[in-house]
Amino acid sequence: MCRLIRMDHTGHSTLAEWTVDDPQAVEAAVKARTELERGYLAMVSTGPGHAEQVRELPLDAPLVILRLPISGG
Amino acid sequence: MAGEPHVLTGDVNALVAGDEHVLAPGHEVLPETAAVHWRPRVDERRLRNLGSLWTLTTVAHVVPFLAAGAVLMWLNWLALPVALACIAHAWVIPELYAQRGANVLRPRGRAAAEPERRSVGLLGDLVGHDARDLHAATGLVLEPGRFGTWLVGEAGALLLSGARRRRAYCYCVTVDGRAAGAAELPSGDRIAHLLLALRADEQGFATVANLSFSGARWRLRRRVPGTMRPAIDAAAKSLDTRSIERS
Repeated sequence: MCRLIRMDHTGHSTLAEWTVDDPQAVEAAVKARTELERGYLAMVSTGPGHAEQVRELPLDAPLVILRLPISGG
Repeated sequence: MAGEPHVLTGDVNALVAGDEHVLAPGHEVLPETAAVHWRPRVDERRLRNLGSLWTLTTVAHVVPFLAAGAVLMWLNWLALPVALACIAHAWVIPELYAQRGANVLRPRGRAAAEPERRSVGLLGDLVGHDARDLHAATGLVLEPGRFGTWLVGEAGALLLSGARRRRAYCYCVTVDGRAAGAAELPSGDRIAHLLLALRADEQGFATVANLSFSGARWRLRRRVPGTMRPAIDAAAKSLDTRSIERS
C-alpha cells in the first residue's frame, strides 16, 4: 500500500492510499492535486540520508510526503 | 495501465514553477533558493571562507579590547578598572555570538500530545534507530552530510565540519511562517521539514538558511542546554564519513 501524506497540525494526514493495480485508489490520489497546489512540495525518500523532490507522483513509492517550504529564520 | 510508467503525469507539476533549477536528473536545487537568489550557492569552499570570515571577525572584536586593556595598564595601573572592562568586552562579545548560534537549537513551543506523538512517529520512520534514540534524548536529529555532520532541530540546524568536526556552523532555518499552518506544526514535523529539505539538496539548504554563528565547537557546546550536549558529542564522534566518501 502506497501513501500520500501531508505534514500538518495533526502530526500528519493521509491524503491518499493506493496500490498500482487499483485504478479507483489511483484516481483518489489524483484528486489530491488540490492539496498539492496549496504550495506543498512532494518528497520521496530515495535511500538512507537521501530524499528527492518529485514533480510527478511516483505510484510505486511506498510513501510520498508533502512538506511546506522552508526559509531562513 | 500495463506498459505505462508508474507516475501520475502532471499531478505534481504545479508544485514547482519552471525548470530552471534542474541540475541533473535526480538532483534538483531546492525551490526555496529562488527566494534568496542573490546568495551564492554554498559549497565547500564558500563554507570554509565563511568560517574564516567569522574567525577574523571574532579576532577583530577581541584583539582591540585586549590591546586597549594592556595599553591602559602600561600607562597607569590606576586604569585597572577600565582595563578589566575592556577584557570583559573581549570575553562577552564572542560569548554573545556563540549564544546566538546556540539559540537556533532551542526547542520551540509544543503542540497537543497526540499531534506531537504522530509527528515524532513520522520523524522516527525517516531516521535510523540511533538517530531516533538521540532525538528522544536531546530533541535533535543527527544527519551525516556532504559538508559534515548535521544536527537538525525545530528551528535551525548545526553543522559540524572539518575532519575532526571542530568547526561549528549554526543555521537559523525553519518552515516558512508565511505558509498556512506553519505555526501549528508539532515539533517532529518541524524537524522533518528541515530534514527532508537537507536530504534533497544540502547545498541549497545551507544557502537558504541564515548563518547565525560559526566558530569552534567548544565555544558553542557550552552555550547549548545540557540535555543537547550529548548530541553535539555524538556528532563530533560520528563515524559516518559520508562527507569524506563523497569528496
